[in-house]
Amino acid sequence: MIRAMGLIIARDVRLTLRQGTDIIMILMFFLIATALFPLGVGPEPNILARMASGVLWVCALLAAVLSLDHLFQADYDDGSLDLLTLGPLPLELVVLAKVVAHWVVTGLPLILAAPVLALLLNLPVDGYAALFMSMALGTPILSLMGAAGAALTLGARRGGALIALLVLPLYIPVLIFAVGAMDAAIAGLPAKPHLLILASVLATALPLAPWAGAAAIRQSLD
Amino acid sequence: MANNFPVTRAFRGTALDCIRGDRKVFQGLNFAVPAGGVLVLSGPNGSGKSSLLRVMAGLLRPAAGRIFHSGAEIRDDPDAHRVDLHYVGHQDAIKPALSVAENVMFWAALHGMRNDEAVQAALSAFDLRDLADLPGRLLSSGQRRRANLARLAATPAGLWLLDEPSVGLDAASTQSLEDLIAAHRKTGGMTVVSTHTALQLGEVKTLALDHFEPTAPSILDDEGSA
Repeated sequence: MIRAMGLIIARDVRLTLRQGTDIIMILMFFLIATALFPLGVGPEPNILARMASGVLWVCALLAAVLSLDHLFQADYDDGSLDLLTLGPLPLELVVLAKVVAHWVVTGLPLILAAPVLALLLNLPVDGYAALFMSMALGTPILSLMGAAGAALTLGARRGGALIALLVLPLYIPVLIFAVGAMDAAIAGLPAKPHLLILASVLATALPLAPWAGAAAIRQSLD
Repeated sequence: MANNFPVTRAFRGTALDCIRGDRKVFQGLNFAVPAGGVLVLSGPNGSGKSSLLRVMAGLLRPAAGRIFHSGAEIRDDPDAHRVDLHYVGHQDAIKPALSVAENVMFWAALHGMRNDEAVQAALSAFDLRDLADLPGRLLSSGQRRRANLARLAATPAGLWLLDEPSVGLDAASTQSLEDLIAAHRKTGGMTVVSTHTALQLGEVKTLALDHFEPTAPSILDDEGSA
C-alpha cells in the first residue's frame, strides 16, 4: 500500500517536473504578488515590516490556490482518474498520495522562497523562525484542504475560479494562526501556542481531507 | 474474503436500472458471464453500452439491481471486485509527459506487478517495443489506444470490461486484441466488450441493449430535457 502510494507520488512529481512550467509559474506568482505591495504602499521600511507576515501568507495562499486546478483535472480529463478509482489502492489513499505530490511541487518551493521574499519586505529578524515553522505546518494544510476543494469542482465549468471561492474561506484559520505565530515572535512573545493550533489543524485535515476528496471524486465520476 | 474465485468465478447482474440525468437509459437488465465467457454489448449510439460498462466496473451506481462478481455482490465487497478488474474506457489515460513504457509500467506497478519482463511482453503484444521511449504526446490515437490496451496484457485480472476497444486500431492490432482476449478466455477470464466493428472472438453471447429500453419513454415526460 505504501509502495502504491509511492508510485503515485513519484508519477505526479515526475509529471510536474517534466512539464516544468507549473512550479515556475507558482513561484513567479508568489514573487510578483509579494513585490506589488512595496510598490503599492510605498517603500517605507517600517510599514513593510509591519505588513510582512500578513502579505507573505496571503500571497502564499493565493499561489497555492492557483496550483490546485491541476491536481485532479488532468487525470479526470484523460480517464486516469477512472483507473485510479478502480485500482487496488483505496481512493482515499490515492488522494493522500496526490496531496503529498502536490505539496512537494508547490508547498516545498513556497517554503524555500518565503525567506527571500521576507527580505524584500523587511521582515524583522525575529520573525524568520516562526515564518519557517508556520510555513512547514501550514503548506501541507493548504494542499490537503485544496485537494478536497479541487475534487469538489471536478466536472464543473470554470472550475479554477470555483476552487478559489470554495477553498480560500477554508484557508482563513491557517492565515490567522500562521500570521499570529509570526507577529508573536516579532513582538517577543512565544509563537508556540499559534503553531500548536496550526499543528492541530493539520492533524485534523490529514484524515478528513482525503476522505472528503475521495467522496467528491466518486460523486464526479458517477 | 478473497481467492475463492476458481470455483465460483462468474459475473452477473440482475434487474439493473440505470438513470443518467433525468433519463432512464435501461431498465430490468440481466446479464451473466460464465468463466471463460465473452459478452458482447450491441446497440445503437446512446443505447447505454458505456453506461452499463461503467455500472459493471462500479464507477456508476445502478438505480436498482444487483451485480455479483464471483459470488460476492460488488456493493458489499468493492475492493475484491476492483482488484480483479481491468477497465478500458473511451479515454486512454496516457500521460503526454511520460513515455509509453513509463505509462504502461505505472499501471502495471500499481496493480502489484514488479516484473519488468511482463511489461516488456505486454508492450510486444501490441508491437510497442519500438515506441517504448516515445513520450505520450507524440502518439497517434491508435498508438495511444494500443498503449492503453497493453495494460491488459501486463497484469492479470479475472474480468475485463472493454468499451469499444478496437476504435482506432489497425488490422494487425485488432488481431492482437482478439488473440489477447482468446488467451484470457483460456485461463477462465471473463470479458464484457462493447463494439460496433465485428471482432473475431469465437463463441460469444450477445446482449442487445435496445431490448432494455424503458417501456415508458422516460421517467419524465420529455426525453431531451436534461
